[in-house]
Amino acid sequence: MTRLEKGELRWGIFFILPWLLGLIIFTAYPIVMSFYYSFTDYSIVQEPFWVGLDNYKTLIRIDAIFWKSLENTFYMLGLGLPLSLIAGLLLAILLNMKVKGMAIHRTIFYLPSILPEVATAILWVWLFNPQYGLVNAILSWFGINGPGWLADPTWAKPALILMGLWGVGGGMIIYLASLQDVPQELYEAAELDGARGWQKMVHITLPMISPVIFFNLIMGIIGTFQFSVQTFVATGGGPAYSTMFYGLYLYYNAFQWWKMGYASAMAWILFLITLLMTILIFKTSAGWVYYHTESK
Amino acid sequence: MGILSYGVKVTEESRMEDKISENWKRTLKRRAILREVVLQCILILLGVSFLLPFLWMISTSLKSNEQIFTFPPVWIPNPVVWSNYPKALEYFPFFRFLANTLYITIFNVIAAILVPSFVAYGFARIKWPGRDILFLILLSTMMVPGQVTMIPVFVMFKNLGWVGTFKPLIIPAFFGGGAFAIFLMRQFFMTIPQELVDAAKVDGCSHLYIYWRIMLPLSKPAIATLGVFAFIGSWRDFLGPLIYLQDERQYTLAIGLRYFLTQHGAEWSYLMAASTIVSIPMVVAFFLAQRTFIQGITFTGIKG
Repeated sequence: MTRLEKGELRWGIFFILPWLLGLIIFTAYPIVMSFYYSFTDYSIVQEPFWVGLDNYKTLIRIDAIFWKSLENTFYMLGLGLPLSLIAGLLLAILLNMKVKGMAIHRTIFYLPSILPEVATAILWVWLFNPQYGLVNAILSWFGINGPGWLADPTWAKPALILMGLWGVGGGMIIYLASLQDVPQELYEAAELDGARGWQKMVHITLPMISPVIFFNLIMGIIGTFQFSVQTFVATGGGPAYSTMFYGLYLYYNAFQWWKMGYASAMAWILFLITLLMTILIFKTSAGWVYYHTESK
Repeated sequence: MGILSYGVKVTEESRMEDKISENWKRTLKRRAILREVVLQCILILLGVSFLLPFLWMISTSLKSNEQIFTFPPVWIPNPVVWSNYPKALEYFPFFRFLANTLYITIFNVIAAILVPSFVAYGFARIKWPGRDILFLILLSTMMVPGQVTMIPVFVMFKNLGWVGTFKPLIIPAFFGGGAFAIFLMRQFFMTIPQELVDAAKVDGCSHLYIYWRIMLPLSKPAIATLGVFAFIGSWRDFLGPLIYLQDERQYTLAIGLRYFLTQHGAEWSYLMAASTIVSIPMVVAFFLAQRTFIQGITFTGIKG
């Protein structure tokens, strides 16, 4: 290594040092410790006590709420996530058309997604109020007697999905950015060949933005397993555990019941599940995600 | 069409052509208008349904209790009870919560302005062995679920005696500032022409000088975006304050609002007034920084 190279190495380390320390303190060390805690009984007040695989065994064999939370989370993965991905995409396609006043339209759809989640959760609790809420009032115009929504075990999850759809603007804006990057020449060439609107959509737009759909899908899966502020505030997991999702149950175990070892085991099962799903999607992605090679 | 090129001699044929193209143009124009009308109708219908919750929030916040608990609901409050707002502010110690929120937010914004750009310079503009591997590690940390690190980090802060202080909500931001922010800054630095750096190097300038005097001034828009993201992020943050703040007097607005809900459950006018007040800074931040905001998102637009 020459003197210049050595100097550059020193400078490089100097600049990334804050991140490198953060990586060790806030990521690497915690990952190791979390794995260790998952084999212990640990209430913070007392030192961790080694119990081997007990936490994992209890979770899988005994804990019915754990399975319920998995079931609820997969309900959201199967219904809520696809709905919000599709709604975001359709909205982005609509907002990518050349129409007057588009800036205002875009703002209206985007704004709900940046409001504080607590505020939107409280607002929706009120909107879903069975007696005086707006949602059931609107349903009554059509002669529908609305359900109890967040207070009803069968309707609580659909209510949360509806609530999530109001915040679809966050995903939408990412789609929109990628739609604007699709080269116009492709559309012009297709038009010369006589392609119709939907043909352009299927053969140009969707393939070109498929990496972004892929990205939103993976992020959506990881997000569905996270602690949800809206669920915590709106239902707290009830009624009858119908909205007890994985991230929420983990939070309760860790910070309400101080079962740190148990919660750590849950975190590792979660890590494993999301990792497996991500790998699975990566494997299939060759079939439906299109990467155009850029020459640099 | 034909008139200029054929001079005086205008043939029947070219007149016909003119007529057809006129008709065709009219059809096209009519189609364009129809398209505009249909799209506007769809957008306005959807837009109104997105706006309804907002309007309902503001309408409720200005109602008296009798008007809140009526069916079918009333849209226009009568009388308009402006006093709900000052009362809501009294109901939960709003100004204390605001001060706490601002304290945490300001430090996070400062960190977001200083740290990610500094780290990103080391990844984008200096060549050194091991750099690319470390950058890959940086990207892969985005895949680690927060739940895995959350508990040991809590234990660590607990052992330091920091639980129940603002430190756990501030100090981590100064250690790198998050993979996403570093990634964004790195991408931005890569677009700055190498000639500028080379010229400075020939003059014998150090990396610190190049970073401070050349890179930073040129990346104001990206840094502004990070600043706005950090502001919105810490203003909205819920889980962090929920875990680390124990004394009610330390609460931020986000968890204060939930505390309000658990204390005064059914007082919807005050709750909606408080929710409106807590939401307003986000709306203002969005409008003030709309351009940098959209650019920032477009820029990150996951182009690797």
